[in-house]
Amino acid sequence: MRITEHPVLDFRRGEKVTFFYNGKAVEGYESETVAAALHAAGVRALSHSHELGRPRGIFCAIGNCSSCFMTVDGEPNVRVCVTKVRGGMRVEEQQGRGVIQYEEN
Amino acid sequence: MKKTEILVIGGGPAGLCAANAASSLGAKVLLCERDGVPGGQLVKQTHKFFGSEKQYAGDRGIQIGQMLLEQTQSDPNIEIYTDTTVLGIYEDGIATAEHDGAHLKIDAERIIVATGAAEKFLPFEGNDLPGVYGAGAVQTLMNVSGVRPAQRVLMVGAGNIGLIVSYQLMQAGVEVAAVIEGAPNIGGYLVHASKIRRLGVPILTQHTVLGAYGDGRVQRARIAQVDSSWQPVPGTEQDIECDAVCLAVGLTPLTELCWQAGCEMAYIRELSGHVPIVNEFLETTCSGIYAAGDVSGIEEASSAMVEGRLAGYSAAASLGHAPEKAAALQRAAQEELLELRSGPAGARILAGIAKVAEKGGRR
Ligand SMILES: Cc1cc2nc3c(=O)[nH]c(=O)nc-3n(C[C@H](O)[C@H](O)[C@H](O)COP(=O)(O)OP(=O)(O)OC[C@H]3O[C@@H](n4cnc5c(N)ncnc54)[C@H](O)[C@@H]3O)c2cc1C
Ligand code: FES
Repeated sequence: MRITEHPVLDFRRGEKVTFFYNGKAVEGYESETVAAALHAAGVRALSHSHELGRPRGIFCAIGNCSSCFMTVDGEPNVRVCVTKVRGGMRVEEQQGRGVIQYEEN
Repeated sequence: MKKTEILVIGGGPAGLCAANAASSLGAKVLLCERDGVPGGQLVKQTHKFFGSEKQYAGDRGIQIGQMLLEQTQSDPNIEIYTDTTVLGIYEDGIATAEHDGAHLKIDAERIIVATGAAEKFLPFEGNDLPGVYGAGAVQTLMNVSGVRPAQRVLMVGAGNIGLIVSYQLMQAGVEVAAVIEGAPNIGGYLVHASKIRRLGVPILTQHTVLGAYGDGRVQRARIAQVDSSWQPVPGTEQDIECDAVCLAVGLTPLTELCWQAGCEMAYIRELSGHVPIVNEFLETTCSGIYAAGDVSGIEEASSAMVEGRLAGYSAAASLGHAPEKAAALQRAAQEELLELRSGPAGARILAGIAKVAEKGGRR
């Protein structure tokens, strides 16, 4: 849930944009990270542990811990806590280590 | 290859002050900050700061950060790269960074490491469940993004961070179920503790978290009393209904770059972990590499700012910039640090610094 009233802070969120989480449309703001937008939409599990497949969410939110790896526009292992939302972005929950797509030249 | 006289790594209070100080003596500075906005911890601190008035105590952390940043941004001697993570410092003095999604090499004559700190973790059952957050993550979500991290939080740790973040959670409309603390006493300042107690939040000392449970996310946590050797007392277990467990169990210096550069390091308990051995000008055992702020020992924003200045003056002077003016400014900064550390909280830091001195360094 987003904070609308705060005694000290005033949030300037920028343009509202739509992106896709596992194919579903989600609203976010240009100034916020994918992790924040998904959190606001109630999504907590972002990735899964490699061996046991246990769900993982954000832990540090500053790009330190690698607990928030997702596949973004086909690119695996993106730290969504430090990646800004863009309109039309496709964000996917990732199983395991992810697959790197190579472009054929 | 990007060339500069002084590379400052990290744009928290230490890094910003280092850049401003070095530039004030005429040095050209490049400041690299991993985040999108410089300020470090300050960008998340909505409370009025404790510390010395000279270091703007009484102002809110965000205001102090904004003020330092404006000074840095308006300085033609200082270039700021945000969204830029420094990855390594090599024998030939070249640093590498990720910048704009590409690999960047930086050729600097002096380097000031001001990377701050990382949060400590705690072992307990289910500590990997979504909803177990570091206090910094909770602050980033609510104070930077404006998103409520949870509805009801169990706070682990009653040091200043645990207490302050609990209050900030309530300001953001989040309920705090309890603050638990393993030690017999509250570690943080009494003003912060009283503030949240008045709002009805229990602070349970000699309590620990045994586990976090739930279906794919935290839905409840179990806590218990501990005895004087920190062992859970059977029969005192309690379940707490909550959708997040927030860990505020301390910080440790973020020293990877110092290790990798080959600086001599030592484990100093009073400084909260491994720190680089530095001399009285904050130069590490690697000539030309300085360390300032939390990276050289967990302390406060006030001392981080003065340490930043000391490192900035020292690095600039060593390059031949205004050496006489620098000497007076260095001395003044050293005295200011002594003054800041003269209180009860400073005694621990001074004991840590004495240990650094024993290892061949001096501050
Ligand atoms: C909740 C809380 C409340 C606090 N309240 C107070 C208070 O009231 N009074 C007080 O005096 N102090 C307070 N402090 C402490 C104070 O915030 C810190 O001591 C201070 O911020 C340390 O400054 P720093 O510049 O060393 O590190 P930081 O502020 O942590 O800044 C380090 C910066 O370096 C960047 N960085 C790290 N690694 C890299 C890299 N490889 N490349 C590029 N950039 C990098 C980081 O992104 C960060 O911006 C508080 C801290 C917290 C967490
Ligand atoms: S939550 Fe730690 S890297 Fe994203």
